Amino acid sequence: MSQKLITAKRKTVSSIPRPRWQRVVRRFARRPMAVTGLILVVGFVLFALLGPILLSDPNQQDFAAILQTPSLAHLLGTDDLGRDVFARIANGARVSLMAGVMSTALALIIGITIGLITGFYRGWVDVIVMRIVDVMLAFPFLIFAVGLAAILGASLTNVIIALAVSQVPEVIRIARGEAMAIREQEFVSGAVADGARDGTIMFRYIAPNAMGAFIVQATVAIPAAIIGEATLSFLGLGVQPPMSSWGIMLTSAQQYLAQAPYLALFPGIAIALTALGFNLLGDGLRDVLDPKETR
Amino acid sequence: MLQRVITSIVTLFLASIVVFVGVRLLPGDPALVLAGETADPAVVAAIREQFGLNQPIWIQYFNYVGQALQGNFGVSTRDRIPVAEILLQRLPITLELAGLAILVGVLIGLTAGIVSAVKRGSFADYAANAFGLIGLSVPHFWLGMLAILFFAINLQVLPASGYVAFTEDPGENLRRMILPALVLGTGLSAVLMRQTRAALLGQLSADYVRTARSKGVSRSREVKHALRNSLTTVVTVLGLQLGALIGGAIITEQIFVIPGFGKLIIDAVSARNYPVLQGAVLVAVTGYVLVNLAVDIAYAYLNPRMRLAGGAR
Repeated sequence: MSQKLITAKRKTVSSIPRPRWQRVVRRFARRPMAVTGLILVVGFVLFALLGPILLSDPNQQDFAAILQTPSLAHLLGTDDLGRDVFARIANGARVSLMAGVMSTALALIIGITIGLITGFYRGWVDVIVMRIVDVMLAFPFLIFAVGLAAILGASLTNVIIALAVSQVPEVIRIARGEAMAIREQEFVSGAVADGARDGTIMFRYIAPNAMGAFIVQATVAIPAAIIGEATLSFLGLGVQPPMSSWGIMLTSAQQYLAQAPYLALFPGIAIALTALGFNLLGDGLRDVLDPKETR
Repeated sequence: MLQRVITSIVTLFLASIVVFVGVRLLPGDPALVLAGETADPAVVAAIREQFGLNQPIWIQYFNYVGQALQGNFGVSTRDRIPVAEILLQRLPITLELAGLAILVGVLIGLTAGIVSAVKRGSFADYAANAFGLIGLSVPHFWLGMLAILFFAINLQVLPASGYVAFTEDPGENLRRMILPALVLGTGLSAVLMRQTRAALLGQLSADYVRTARSKGVSRSREVKHALRNSLTTVVTVLGLQLGALIGGAIITEQIFVIPGFGKLIIDAVSARNYPVLQGAVLVAVTGYVLVNLAVDIAYAYLNPRMRLAGGAR
């Protein structure tokens, strides 16, 4: 009797649908590549946050230990000024994290707000905004970012602004598309009939339902911004010495390519692994959050 | 389609304003740059007068566009050579690099994408997917440095940098272009591989292919049909990737010291050579917009449904 009751209870419990987030987490956990991406991203974030605290000063010069190959004293060797490469990579990770996350967050805040407004209201606002977006998209990403960085001047803050502005048009397009699709759904009509204000509909009803697309866009934009920051710093338009950035490290490594190839190897591996982590995570999230895109 | 052409013209017009204003927002006075830092104020004033820099900005803009449409982009502040002449010298170099990179990208990307989709779940599929992901994650400039380290410094089979014109020595020109084209083409091939795979898998599971399969059509014919219908995606992706290709060319030319358009833009930024920067960016943006327009037209041609719908947008 009691066995039957337990079985019946189990059946009842298993027939209750799990909350959406639980299903998403379960589907995500079944994808080894996506989990690998998440581990890489978490590892990168922890390294960026803790590395500079735990390791030695990245700008400390030791002229008795110039261009030393990796050893126990200097795990990834030293550069042309005797600075510890591992400590500089950890510091560069923090710069990359700031550039990647802050520029993407800025681009998402601006892009989602404008995209939701244009997609919701349509009409002349939409026409004007989309013309501006078209003009911004007429500039290849790097030319736009180089131009902005040159106008604003070389610094981390300006790189973040340049990368954010360069990413805004793509976010506007995505948010606008989502707003246009979701506003036609019944629950939005219900909210309108209920007398909800436009702002409430946009940010309480439409935005949460488009969150999947925004999260996926963030995972695409962050690695693009990290590579963008490294590229601008490599071209001399980004972070300035003595601050360490993976791009700056590669610029100076160019001069010692034959003599000390490890100087070019490690920062490059750091950029590639971080971007790979975000790309794997993005692919996994796209599959889990957006079934239309599942290949 | 006419609407698409008009949109492109309007976009170009607005983009030219952005370039013009943007260059004027760069730090430094163009007249002072032309005259030299230590020039007499009277000379600076004369230059301002001569180049119309003392006129309202909108008059300066229309003068500039009017001249640019006739092929006159001003003179370089560094060596007083007409900008148009410099652009004509540099453009073919970047076009050659981009052309070779597209060749590399299409050859590797298309092949890997097809093999990956047709042999889904096989080792080749996993290898192609890994290549796609790594190709997307590795920055151009690092890949370029690794290529120089391996092929030029360690193996010493290819030169590390420099450029020889094709008309001077075709063999040496290609030898010096191999590494840059491979580096620039790898990123493109990774994107193309992923998109071709996705498009082909979509087509292979479409109803018409399943019907053909049930009628006993061979696998190769099945793939051929599906591939033809995936071409629209490939063309679109190629168009969309042009921006990344121009950005990649800037970096690649910098690494391999190729005197192309990309290097011209970066050198102009560092030397504050505004007329050259303005002309080069304007030409790059015009090329980008026109190629995207051509892609839309090609898309409509390749996809009859778009023609029936009345346009690509």
